[in-house]
Amino acid sequence: MTMTRRELLGAVGLAAGSAAMYSAMVSLGFAQASTYDGPINLSGAPDGSRVLVLGAGLAGMTAALELRSAGYEVQVLEYREKAGGRCWTLRGGDTYTELGGATQTVDFDEGGYLNPGPWRIPYNHHAVLDYCKRLGVRLEPFIQKNHNAYLHRSDAFDGEPQRFRHIATDYRGHVAELLAKATNQGALDQEVTADDKEKLLASLREYGVLTDDNAYVSSDDTSDYRGYDREPGGGRDAKGVASDPIPMSDILQSDLWRWLSDAESVHHQNTIFQPVGGMDMIAQAFEREVGDLITYNAKVTSMLQDEDGVTVLYEDAQDGGAPVEVTADWCVCTIPFSILGQMEHNLSSDKTRAIDTMYYAGSVKFGLEFNRRFWEEDEHIYGGITYTDLPISLISYPSNDYLSGGKGVLLGGYVWGANAYQFNAMQPEDRVKWAVEYGSRIHPQYSDEFSSGISVSWHKVPFVLGCYGIWDDKDRDYEPAVTMEPEERIVLAGEHLSYLPAWQEGAILSALDAIQQLHQHATNG
Amino acid sequence: MKTLTKTLLAAGLLTGAALTAIAQDAPAPEAEGGESRTSEFRTFDPTEDDWETFRSSGEITHQGGEAVYNSVCAGCHMPEGEGADGAGYYPALADNEMIAAPSYPTYVILEGQKAMPPFAGILDDQQVADVVNYIRSNFGNDFIEEWGEATAEDVEATRQ
Repeated sequence: MTMTRRELLGAVGLAAGSAAMYSAMVSLGFAQASTYDGPINLSGAPDGSRVLVLGAGLAGMTAALELRSAGYEVQVLEYREKAGGRCWTLRGGDTYTELGGATQTVDFDEGGYLNPGPWRIPYNHHAVLDYCKRLGVRLEPFIQKNHNAYLHRSDAFDGEPQRFRHIATDYRGHVAELLAKATNQGALDQEVTADDKEKLLASLREYGVLTDDNAYVSSDDTSDYRGYDREPGGGRDAKGVASDPIPMSDILQSDLWRWLSDAESVHHQNTIFQPVGGMDMIAQAFEREVGDLITYNAKVTSMLQDEDGVTVLYEDAQDGGAPVEVTADWCVCTIPFSILGQMEHNLSSDKTRAIDTMYYAGSVKFGLEFNRRFWEEDEHIYGGITYTDLPISLISYPSNDYLSGGKGVLLGGYVWGANAYQFNAMQPEDRVKWAVEYGSRIHPQYSDEFSSGISVSWHKVPFVLGCYGIWDDKDRDYEPAVTMEPEERIVLAGEHLSYLPAWQEGAILSALDAIQQLHQHATNG
Repeated sequence: MKTLTKTLLAAGLLTGAALTAIAQDAPAPEAEGGESRTSEFRTFDPTEDDWETFRSSGEITHQGGEAVYNSVCAGCHMPEGEGADGAGYYPALADNEMIAAPSYPTYVILEGQKAMPPFAGILDDQQVADVVNYIRSNFGNDFIEEWGEATAEDVEATRQ
């Protein structure tokens, strides 16, 4: 019997669940990890060659660091008063003014923070991890999957949140039992040889924690996965009391299974890291390296290239917006297309089409501080994510400072789509009011323990006007946008010019490819 | 539906949760005006307008031009249509002759323009027509009499 790759994957997914499915996909070459294969090590820049880098996010600072190291004279222009771009952390004492003028002052205790943008670094984002290593950024594990966190839908189980381990174990057990029954009834005889049939049944008993008769039932064995009604203890009267599985129909009808494979994609599976103290520790580390090259408070308004070089105009916000002209031989432009599309430039028509047809998704995040870490104290949830169909989408518990007493900060929501537009249209205090309301339907402690909250809605972020770029026709526009033609002096870079959109890895890989092209042009004429 | 699919795919790249959250149907609203409707609120008393907010995870349910504007458009174009300035800008709708004829704002709302997202997937024809007429008759604009009203039929014809 021959199977197409697609059929094979379908069978693997059915039999072994999405984890095995992804593993099979990786080995078959579907899901790919980062293409980064070590430091770039450019050298031999022509004497006196000058490069302008527009934007001091991770793409721009990567370009600046490596180009200076290659011998270029580098200047970076940055709109903000500090470096990092979307690699950004808000802590107690910080203020943030969004478009429209509303200013939020962060009132978190020491140690509490919100990463409004990127918040996790998967193990296979090799470039980000290598720069963290080279620049001395301390990392700690980020908990993506927590079996003791919740899955929640307002219309399932009377709105009561369900522990992930209950839904996951029972779903797996019921599916394994069904598949074992179908196998034994001969329903799969066309697909499975007699030898494979025995192995399949054995694997289903193992995988689904089935009895010898292929049944998924209440037992100490299944309770070892889903948890006991009364946990086994020590000393007197300590025997555990097995728990009862949730009936299959209830699991299926609840739709909670929708979230079971969230932590299985290559960008979300273990191990995932976060910088100790907040994501902008990466920005700060880069800034220590290249901060002397950066001109801050510079709003670029024009970027023109000709055969001799590049001329850029910017407004100096510290000098009343006075226009400043700078020239260079080359330019790396990491300005998001949301901004670049409004600037004067003379890029090619192909690039202009890519720029002018990319729209920017909205997204909203909340940082909510509570007087005590009730999720740990009351519910034994240490890091990880609770998913919900409420407009907040999820609650993520801090992957640091466990059991530390005092206050704690939750990611109180991470919102996309129509809900993000509605949050975006609210003032910050109203956004937080809603996030607290929705969160309280999962954790009733919210009402008593809420201390303070902030939100960042990316369409209102002054330096980017959106969360990340979405292509109108990536197949058509991508290669022309990322390719530096022989006559060009400007090369474009950033997360938007990658196949890892909205990930820092995409920004860095894009910058590394851009400066290799630039270096090729500069050294080969 | 091209637009919605695109949004879903893009969001899914970042987090599978987003995909499922957006793809889900809205929870059914509770009985109209009954006690049960308010009982689900735990931390504040909702206004009538609050009831429409977030009623569907995939669409905007506010009806009427002003409500649609305030629940979506005002986020970027601002409550008085004044627009905003940062590294880039959101154009002011106030005193803006670009929106004199209904066809242009109708097209932009449905399809997006430059970094502005398309809204064809989350607003229906009547909502688009209503909000087009709202911005053309507020914020110092008075274009209806001379240029006519947008209708749901016009919006439907403009959809691609």
